[in-house]
Amino acid sequence: MRDVAVVSFAQTKNVRRENRRNEVEMLIPVVQEAVEKSGIPKQEIGFYCSGSSDYLAGQSFSFVMAVDSLGAWPPIAESHVEMDGAWALYEAWIKIQCGEADSALIFSFGRSSPGMIRETLTLQLDPYTLAPLGADPVCLAALQARALLESSDYSEREMAEVAARSRADAKSNPYAQLTGDFDVDELLAEPYFVSPLRKHDCPPISDGATAMVIAADDVARNASKRPAWIRGIDHRVESHQLGLRDLAQSTSTALAGEKAGAVDIDVAELHAPFSHQELILRDALKLGDGVKINPSGGALAANSVMVAGLTRIGEAANAIWNGNARRALGHATSGPCLQQNLVCVLEGE
Amino acid sequence: MSEEKQPVKSIVTPSRLEYDFTPGIATTRFLRHMQEGRIVGQRCTKCAKVYIPARGSCPRCGVATEEEVEVGPNGTVTTFCVVRVPSENIDLTLPYTAAHILLDGADIPFFALIQECDAADVRMGMRVEAVWAPEAEWGPTFENIRYFRPIDEPDVPFEDFKEHL
Amino acid sequence: MSDDQSAAILSAPHALEYAYKRSVGPVLGRFFTELRDHKIVGSRTSDGRVLVPPMEYDPSTGSGVDEIVSVGPAGRVTSWCWVSDPLRNHPLDRPFAFALIRLDGADTAMLHAVDAGDPSKMSTGMRVVPRWCDDPKGSILDLACFEPEEGR
Repeated sequence: MRDVAVVSFAQTKNVRRENRRNEVEMLIPVVQEAVEKSGIPKQEIGFYCSGSSDYLAGQSFSFVMAVDSLGAWPPIAESHVEMDGAWALYEAWIKIQCGEADSALIFSFGRSSPGMIRETLTLQLDPYTLAPLGADPVCLAALQARALLESSDYSEREMAEVAARSRADAKSNPYAQLTGDFDVDELLAEPYFVSPLRKHDCPPISDGATAMVIAADDVARNASKRPAWIRGIDHRVESHQLGLRDLAQSTSTALAGEKAGAVDIDVAELHAPFSHQELILRDALKLGDGVKINPSGGALAANSVMVAGLTRIGEAANAIWNGNARRALGHATSGPCLQQNLVCVLEGE
Repeated sequence: MSEEKQPVKSIVTPSRLEYDFTPGIATTRFLRHMQEGRIVGQRCTKCAKVYIPARGSCPRCGVATEEEVEVGPNGTVTTFCVVRVPSENIDLTLPYTAAHILLDGADIPFFALIQECDAADVRMGMRVEAVWAPEAEWGPTFENIRYFRPIDEPDVPFEDFKEHL
Repeated sequence: MSDDQSAAILSAPHALEYAYKRSVGPVLGRFFTELRDHKIVGSRTSDGRVLVPPMEYDPSTGSGVDEIVSVGPAGRVTSWCWVSDPLRNHPLDRPFAFALIRLDGADTAMLHAVDAGDPSKMSTGMRVVPRWCDDPKGSILDLACFEPEEGR
């Protein structure tokens, strides 16, 4: 296995509505920033891979226009996943492991604001027995939250504490969207949104874009003073049928974490768009009280769909670069109720 | 199982997504110029190519484009095709000619219709001009230009436009 | 062009609309055919588990499942949420519950709506029965929703 490291990461400020710039205009500055910070000349980047969704853009093959932000001349080796950028990272990592490139630029983008994100994501469900019911991600997450509350010692108070802590920590993250100090008792006094979830248990609707450069071996060592080495990366998926799964446990995250070697973690950036999901993921990864979770604020502070997972890995790398972690974990999720999960373990030397 | 009815073999799953679509800063500026009857592209600071329609980026260099350059009003047909089959959303008499038009001053051609001309007379290198809708109908849309028609100018030699094919 | 005009955001409504006609295959085809006749079926795996809705393949072993069995019609709620503000694509246009419902005889739960009227009428473990639609077409919505068994 080659040693591959994250050497740079850049992101737009996540906002409720980016209706001036289109996706390419959002991407150009973050792609340029990631390339400049990487220390690798652009023409030497061996592979480009993006994560995004046509359903957000309202246009088929919408990711093709994003190539305009890359300067694809001479022709580049490029790929795309119709998923969160974290899976584009995985593809790029594989490409490098296969020896087909020594460095890669990964980017992701998504504007949830033009459409109705709850309706849009309903279309990811089984078209025969689930999508016709219009069961959107908030309702499905609420089912999962109740399953957790009724099968564990967790309470709505602990969910509110996750929400309050996330938004308070997000105050120091210039890229976060929903930040501030919230009193847990006041949060719990709010009415239910889709019970047992309240509004604060749910993520904001966000538009954003990110870019990241990874590199192997000496390319990484020459490019970065403190490469964030990818010591393990793995992803697993559970059944699509909700009734087949134990929604209160994330068996796929546990397995992905085990395969990625998720031990001795100082900082964990967990992609938990709903507050109760952080509790489930923490347990699945066996993260103890000494682990700092989501210093960036996590997905409860900014949740650009298709972007928030790669952002967690980028923020895990940030924790290593700013000296707050020797080993950090970035997690990404996809599908309803944490159906599919990716765990990436990073280490600074 | 009922014996009178056939077993279910398929289901129809309608889906509809609605968007409040915004095209971005560069396209907005381009369409507002169209509303004034002007075709305005953008030039790349690195390679100096002029792109039309303006999209805010140079796809070769990957840099943001800002400088505006008015192009046209006339152009050259770089390639074309003659369409003889009907299409659901296209309300045109057959055959009709679709072409790539390289406007004077632009470095990339774009797709447009050729009318007021026999399909047999269209040729690569042919000089054309835009035919606009009545000014009172202009909006922020490329549809202000209805089509292109030939003008009485000598054809452009192949050598002079071949790199734009 | 004035600065105000050039700064103003251009926007337009845009709709993507598709109606796909999807072939259902023999297993789901049977499920929908039975639904049209106001009956619910599941598929049984080789180790005896009954999956509802039926699946073509055993999710644990991957082998084909070809035994179809009747389940329900009543069942038990295993989890639920209260939708106080339904979206336009939801099955009901008044407040309702989405629930995972394990039908009698099934080993897995299916997702559907429960027209309970009030969240105080919902609880995990409660029994529910189907309410059928008047004009079944062979789709999941032939089951208009479920309702509490108690008080029926």
